[in-house]
Amino acid sequence: MAKIDVSIETEDKPAPPPKHPNTCPGCHSHYRDDELERAQWVCAQCGHHFPMRARARIAALLDEGSFYEEASDLHSEDPLGFFDLRPYTERLAEAEMSTGLADAMVIGQGAIEGRGCELAVMDFAFMGGSMGSVVGEKFSRACDSAAERGVPLLSITSSGGARMQEGILALMQLPKTVCAVEDLHDAGQPMLSVMAHPTTGGVLASFATLGDILLAEPGALMSFAGPRVVQELTREKLPDDFGRAEQNLRFGQIDAIVPRPELRSTLGLLLRIFDAPV
Amino acid sequence: MPPSEHELRLRDRLSRLRNMSLLGGAKLSGELQRLQRQLDRIGEEPTGDDIWRSVELARHPERPYTLDYVDALLDDWFELHGDRSRGDDAAMIAGLGKLAGRTVVLVGQQKGRDIHQRTERRFGMSNPEGYAKAMRAMELAETHGFPVISLVDTPGAYPGVDAEQHGQGGAIAESQTVMARLTVPTVACVIGEGGSGGAIAIALADRVLMQENAIYSVISPEGCAMILWRDASQAKKAAAAFKPDALHCLELGVIDAIVPEPKGGAHAAPAEAARLLGESLREALDDLVDVPGDELRRRRRAKFRSLGVFA
Repeated sequence: MAKIDVSIETEDKPAPPPKHPNTCPGCHSHYRDDELERAQWVCAQCGHHFPMRARARIAALLDEGSFYEEASDLHSEDPLGFFDLRPYTERLAEAEMSTGLADAMVIGQGAIEGRGCELAVMDFAFMGGSMGSVVGEKFSRACDSAAERGVPLLSITSSGGARMQEGILALMQLPKTVCAVEDLHDAGQPMLSVMAHPTTGGVLASFATLGDILLAEPGALMSFAGPRVVQELTREKLPDDFGRAEQNLRFGQIDAIVPRPELRSTLGLLLRIFDAPV
Repeated sequence: MPPSEHELRLRDRLSRLRNMSLLGGAKLSGELQRLQRQLDRIGEEPTGDDIWRSVELARHPERPYTLDYVDALLDDWFELHGDRSRGDDAAMIAGLGKLAGRTVVLVGQQKGRDIHQRTERRFGMSNPEGYAKAMRAMELAETHGFPVISLVDTPGAYPGVDAEQHGQGGAIAESQTVMARLTVPTVACVIGEGGSGGAIAIALADRVLMQENAIYSVISPEGCAMILWRDASQAKKAAAAFKPDALHCLELGVIDAIVPEPKGGAHAAPAEAARLLGESLREALDDLVDVPGDELRRRRRAKFRSLGVFA
């Protein structure tokens, strides 16, 4: 008798009561969308940084009207015919519907305080910001675009790591983006990397940590392995700020932690230092 | 029965492979016969069971490890220790030796044979100190013009508190960068488990080979099962879904050739497995040593930058 696959998505324990996404996990303050929007999604009470969508970041960072998007039509294929509880293609379609993005990265040209740059911004809302072929290709093209135009590359990451559903090809996006950064460096252009919560796994272990300057948002988790994996393996109590931006700064892994409201002026300063005329 | 789409794609890829200079020396060494064997087998798409068998063979406790191949293949071996900064990671081997008369630098992960060794070598899972040691050895190769051989055999980078504090992610990225900069020939071979970032850290090479029963994957089958099925016991199902076997890696263009193993797997006849591996490594190197260094580097980057499937 043919076996019937009975796997369906089930929760084995009752879900906790849903927290409103606009309730601050740090201090439980509650905000309206427009309040958070105006505050760049930072809690006015405790400074907690809410996740920020790629397009909102671009709007907050760049000079008004300076953004010109590139490669917006790139879509993932399904090279493995991947099927876990649902087909990968279905997950992609759903992510596209809910985010309005074709994949987890937006790239394009822009300017900050009058200085030109190329931008590669990740969006965690699209399948956890996972890196598959499209993210790798877009990042790679952003490097080329920066090199061609002689401007610095600004990368903002928010990603759980490589996208499992693309199997080994997802892993190959690590060396792909590493090679792209090296080509950018050979063309004499710098990369400024801003790591937002979370920047973990394959993205941390490839282009995100290869910036000439490494910045992080407050509280961002930046660990190669997730805290749960480390805890399970080592059976030790993890330090409270395990893998967080603050720990990374203390251990010399990054140059600075920059609160979101100061990010535009910090990047403006760095672009001046690296001297990128429009 | 008409050939499946899978077979057609593979045939196409293998015919392209045949034209590649990697296998140019094939007629001399039986590589063509090996290819034919690969071609004969590809009619059958590997089933979930075949893939799981590879997973088991790749992790077989008696499978030859990096130092076994060093013993069998390299003369005048001298092992290097330490990253010149914090420590010496026993999970990562680095050293100098002669492969068929040519001085090479070899790096590779090392698992352990007994419980003591396994603990000391953390089952082949490197810390940042291990990648730092590998980088140092590869830079030494660059300084003196020695080719680099890397043997990949790791479940992944070590997930530890110290490892994270010492920059595990950055170390993996940096190690790939070192490989992207080299102007000496580089050949990598996955000889067991090619686990995730821990593997790619030393596999950004001009030629990437994979033993017949090795696996190369973005995540362990158990890790994938845990995340997608929330149940590590679904590992077999997960492996069948993300296809970490050598044939699929070849088909996707992730590796350049498959190194055959003796019947029953490398552990069944380790000397024969070493001979076959040595032959493939030598051929790959022979083919690369005359290419100018900047051209090697250009091609290497172009190859990796071409990987991915999108529309």
